[in-house]
Amino acid sequence: MRRLVAVRLFHAVVVLFLVTTIAFFLLHFAPGDPFSFENPNIPGDVRDRMRAEFGYDRPLMEQYVRYMGSVASGNLGFSHLLRVPVTQALGTVLPRTLLLMGLALVISFALGIRLGVYEVRHWQKRRARASNGISLFIYSLPDFWLALMLLLTFAYWLPILPGGGMVDVVMHEYMGPGQAAWDRIKHLILPLTALVLIVTALIARYQRAALLEVLPSDFVRTARAKGVDERDIIGRHALRNALLPMITLAGLAFPALLGGAVFVEKVFSWPGMGLTLISAIGVRDYPLVVASVVVGAAMVVIGNLLADIAYGLADPRVRVR
Amino acid sequence: MFVEWLRGLAAGVRRLDSVSRAALVILGALFLAAMLAPVIAPYSQSHQIDIVGMKNHAPSLAHPFGTDRFSRDVLSRVLYGARISLTVATLAVLVSAIIGTLYGLTAATLGGVVDTVLMRLLDAMLSIPRVLLLIAILALWSPVPLWMLVLLLGITGWFGVSRLVRAEALSVREREFVVAARSLGAGAGRIMLRHLLPNVLVPVIVTTTLGIGNVIVLEAGLSFIGIGAREPAASLGTMFQDGTEAFAGTWWAALFPGVVMVTTVLCFNILGDALRASLDPRHLHRARVGTGTAPLHTAE
Repeated sequence: MRRLVAVRLFHAVVVLFLVTTIAFFLLHFAPGDPFSFENPNIPGDVRDRMRAEFGYDRPLMEQYVRYMGSVASGNLGFSHLLRVPVTQALGTVLPRTLLLMGLALVISFALGIRLGVYEVRHWQKRRARASNGISLFIYSLPDFWLALMLLLTFAYWLPILPGGGMVDVVMHEYMGPGQAAWDRIKHLILPLTALVLIVTALIARYQRAALLEVLPSDFVRTARAKGVDERDIIGRHALRNALLPMITLAGLAFPALLGGAVFVEKVFSWPGMGLTLISAIGVRDYPLVVASVVVGAAMVVIGNLLADIAYGLADPRVRVR
Repeated sequence: MFVEWLRGLAAGVRRLDSVSRAALVILGALFLAAMLAPVIAPYSQSHQIDIVGMKNHAPSLAHPFGTDRFSRDVLSRVLYGARISLTVATLAVLVSAIIGTLYGLTAATLGGVVDTVLMRLLDAMLSIPRVLLLIAILALWSPVPLWMLVLLLGITGWFGVSRLVRAEALSVREREFVVAARSLGAGAGRIMLRHLLPNVLVPVIVTTTLGIGNVIVLEAGLSFIGIGAREPAASLGTMFQDGTEAFAGTWWAALFPGVVMVTTVLCFNILGDALRASLDPRHLHRARVGTGTAPLHTAE
């Protein structure tokens, strides 16, 4: 087990190194740099001096080596947009995105697995088949469109929930602790619902497929032969084995969730990493853009690493190998 | 050989249930309507009918989907938008399928160190969040022409395909006919293209079909935040760019393009599911050992 963790950890580091390299070059081959966008009244020589100050006039390879060196020591550069170090900028916005994603992931897994089991257990009933159809339908909804429709429905036509942001901009400062907490929850409901609906549908579909994969196994037949209740066959024998692919899915769902979070954040003006990335792009804030991609990739790599380790813990067959 | 797998595909289509056949028909109709947009659309995509008198009109007989706030006919815009969305997604998926197949086949055929290196590199690319990367590239290179958008969507979408192709090719590689070809002196290139390629095409087709739906959504999302397809070549996603406030009073301008998009993606997903089920040999096996407790016509 320790060996497995060590190998996976090494892979993760290699992958992160490659990702940072790819992101750096892809973005630096794009035309323009942070200073071609600032005020057009700035004269050319001032612009050149600014470029020199931040090292944008150096050869690309030198910039790359310097960037990798500073990333390795935990310095992700300086954000031209926010005028603070990138680590500090991401330090404020990343927890907000993680809050959204983490909650969505936990709720979706709890709901999705139940739904998958339900659909398999009652496959003959009309309700279960309808549920399967609905999850395919929700799975096919574009995340931003679902978010837009939720926003239109619950914030404009039926104004029971706030339409955007994390807190009430004006009144939050003056609320008591209870009211302030309720204010936060109210702002969380719509973006969270959008993410949860889509991820739950995804997980339910995979859980259902995983269960169907396991059901023809010998041990299920044995259980059935010795007279185990059909409920327990699915709920205990089959589900335990069908949960393994779900661990991998948790690692894989992460990039999908991160992408979805960008659009959902945009629709609900949730001031997280996605919204910051979109505004950073407008002004060619390279360090912030590259760092967002790298941090996003790091989250994916860590998610996969955790999934691998969890898989090893859950399935003894992996440990032996 | 080509005819053979085409016949296999036809047999697969024949095995489809009524829902997936309906999906196929709807999809065919949508494709036809989208491709014929210049012929059947009442107005051109960016034609402003009457900038003062005809803006934000609710759906009526003259304008079944209403008009938007620039007094453009929403039905015409949906038709043209679907044309762009479908074309971009289909071509992008084609690019992915080609790159992914070649990459996976190369890894499987050459094997050894090359395989290891290629697969590690693939791991790295798989962990870059596709949406973040696309947003970054598209925004920095903006405005990108449509063919560039197709290329970028294709280049960032082949990782899954190549994994699949490699896995399939690795198992085919050990079969007798490949061993026979190798012992007759066939080179790596010939084995790859003449013997492995035709045998991995079916899974590629299935994942490709599934992929079109995802790419439509992805492209729409990018266009929605203003960095994908843009005016005058608006896709379905571009039509949402106005922002929610603009839609609060004119629900039709947001609903109809959305409905068309959701229908398309749903049909692709239904079809992809069904195709996978009917082409998957393991699935047939499962049908034979069926336990009678689970629906057998669906498999992931």
